[in-house]
Amino acid sequence: MATLHTRASARLMMAPAVILLLAWMIVPLGMTLYFSLLRYNLLMPGMESFTGLGNYVYFLTDPAFGTALANTLLLVGGVLAITVIGGTGLALLLDQPFFGRGIVRLLVIAPFFVMPTVSALVWKTMLMHPVNGLFAWIARSLGFAPVDWFADLPLLSIILIVAWQWLPFATLILLTALQSLDEEQKEAAEMDGAGAVSRFVYIVLPHLARAMTVVVLIETIFLLSVFAEILVTTNGGPGVQTTTITYLVYMQALLQFDVGGASAGGIVAVVLANIVAIFLIRLIGKNLDR
Amino acid sequence: MGSIVLDNVSKTFGDAVVIPAIDLDIADGEFVVFVGPSGCGKSTLLRLIAGLEDVSGGRILIDGEDMTETPPARRRLAMVFQSYALYPHMSVRGNIAFPLKMAGLASDVVERKVADAARILNLTDYLDRKPRQLSGGQRQRVAIGRAIVRDPVAFLFDEPLSNLDAALRVAMRLEISELHQQLKRTMIYVTHDQVEAMTMADKIVVLNAGRVEQVGSPLELYRNPKNLFVAGFIGSPRMNFLSGEAARKLGAATIGIRPEHLALSTSDGLWEGKVGVAEHLGSDTYLHLTIDGVGPLTARMSGEFAARPGETLRIAPEAGKIHRFDDKGMALS
Ligand SMILES: Nc1ncnc2c1ncn2[C@@H]1O[C@H](COP(=O)(O)OP(=O)(O)OP(=O)(O)O)[C@@H](O)[C@H]1O
Ligand SMILES: [Mg+2]
Repeated sequence: MATLHTRASARLMMAPAVILLLAWMIVPLGMTLYFSLLRYNLLMPGMESFTGLGNYVYFLTDPAFGTALANTLLLVGGVLAITVIGGTGLALLLDQPFFGRGIVRLLVIAPFFVMPTVSALVWKTMLMHPVNGLFAWIARSLGFAPVDWFADLPLLSIILIVAWQWLPFATLILLTALQSLDEEQKEAAEMDGAGAVSRFVYIVLPHLARAMTVVVLIETIFLLSVFAEILVTTNGGPGVQTTTITYLVYMQALLQFDVGGASAGGIVAVVLANIVAIFLIRLIGKNLDR
Repeated sequence: MGSIVLDNVSKTFGDAVVIPAIDLDIADGEFVVFVGPSGCGKSTLLRLIAGLEDVSGGRILIDGEDMTETPPARRRLAMVFQSYALYPHMSVRGNIAFPLKMAGLASDVVERKVADAARILNLTDYLDRKPRQLSGGQRQRVAIGRAIVRDPVAFLFDEPLSNLDAALRVAMRLEISELHQQLKRTMIYVTHDQVEAMTMADKIVVLNAGRVEQVGSPLELYRNPKNLFVAGFIGSPRMNFLSGEAARKLGAATIGIRPEHLALSTSDGLWEGKVGVAEHLGSDTYLHLTIDGVGPLTARMSGEFAARPGETLRIAPEAGKIHRFDDKGMALS
């Protein structure tokens, strides 16, 4: 019912919200862009001067930048792989009727309600600690040497923690998708001679494709800015082994008080996020237009 | 090769007894229709035969072999679902080829069989479309195509035409009957539409609350219904039932007379009735009459029958066409 008149009034009524959102976005972005062109360090107030693209050159040629970029992509990719595959598995399990399903569903969803800092601390001190941690205790009681997670496998540790937090989200979305699959379709496939594996590959997976796309897109947005887990556990180290772009920007701004450099880093992060988004939409977004 | 025998088959869901116990013989190549009112267990019975539901008791023999515990895929039956249950992300070709792919046939064989099925069902032009780009009738044909490529010993249809409009339903009815003559395979067809049952069946099984009321050819059921339920269910418009004095005179608790077995005239007849509503179909005229002391009655006159509402007519039932039932509703011979 989109007549010319309704469309015009719709625009008028949306205008305040759109303008507010635009200002909300444009003002900080504009200021960041402006700061990124200045030599601006909080330790030397009043000494701001224009440097052009100097900050960008500095940020991009920083030896930590390449590592940070790789770490970011590894973190996002690793967490996505674990949550999508694990989420599909869990969703398939939770879709089966079994005793105590309601309670198990609740338990699976629980990690989503734990704050990132808290869950990172719990993992750091209670699970992965090389002396007091649960994993170390298990390893010792089985006769193995305990793993010093954050020293030996720092990035993997962070991937595991973040994946643990996002697994419930993926599971929930995939479970609802699974439940919307027409029962008769599965029965038809069963009569057509498809075994459990074929039914999963040919009927269930294609049905889940859209839900998986949604999971990947939403998680990517949030995973590109993972920060608290790194700060609480490894502080970006050892060395720069767990430094991501987000963390690098934080170090510039709040450890070196270099507002100009941090702003340049922020802009670089925005550009990178957009590149990733374009890739994702190209790659899997076509699942959505239907 | 496609004979199906149900031996004392029963089904309960929890405490609910849906099918108490059914014995049924279906010969090879027969077109059997299950009819009955909604909720009487037609779909359940079909799913038991297909193996999609486990029996609670009894045995199912297919081609003489006990298949009670056999999984659906190995019963060599094909089913057409009411919702069609096409795979939405596969093309028509993919849908029809799916059972063949699952059976592990070579791709050139698959190609040929799909082309054959598409030709029989007039789907050749649509092979590359997705199900959602097809009309209801075309989807129906794809579902049938997916069934015939498997070369099953028997076909199971669960109300396959109920989602189609009236004209298409008549056309598809004919197509399925033709398919049966072409393939000469056993077909079990579920419907609640007694016209479909009468026109398509070699044998009709009338179900009521999970019990078989009567089994027989369409004309057998039409001529000699065993009880009131079958008499009322088969035939359209419904048989007229009269009780009281009129029935007692013939030594029955209830008598039944089909609308087409009534003669109307102004001069002579057993009863006198007043015309209520007259429905003119062109080929037929349905007259709804009221008879004093007997009750309402429907008469079916061939062709155009001039009758004004309020007019009084004499009604004569055709000799030998009156069905008599005892007080338990069973037919008296
Ligand atoms: N999974 C189930 N659990 C419990 N009761 C069921 C189940 N499936 C069917 N029933 C019951 O069994 C009875 C027969 O159902 P069925 O689907 O066979 O009816 P039907 O004859 O096919 O009816 P319709 O013409 O409306 O399709 C119904 O009363 C229904 O409520
Ligand atoms: Mg049904």
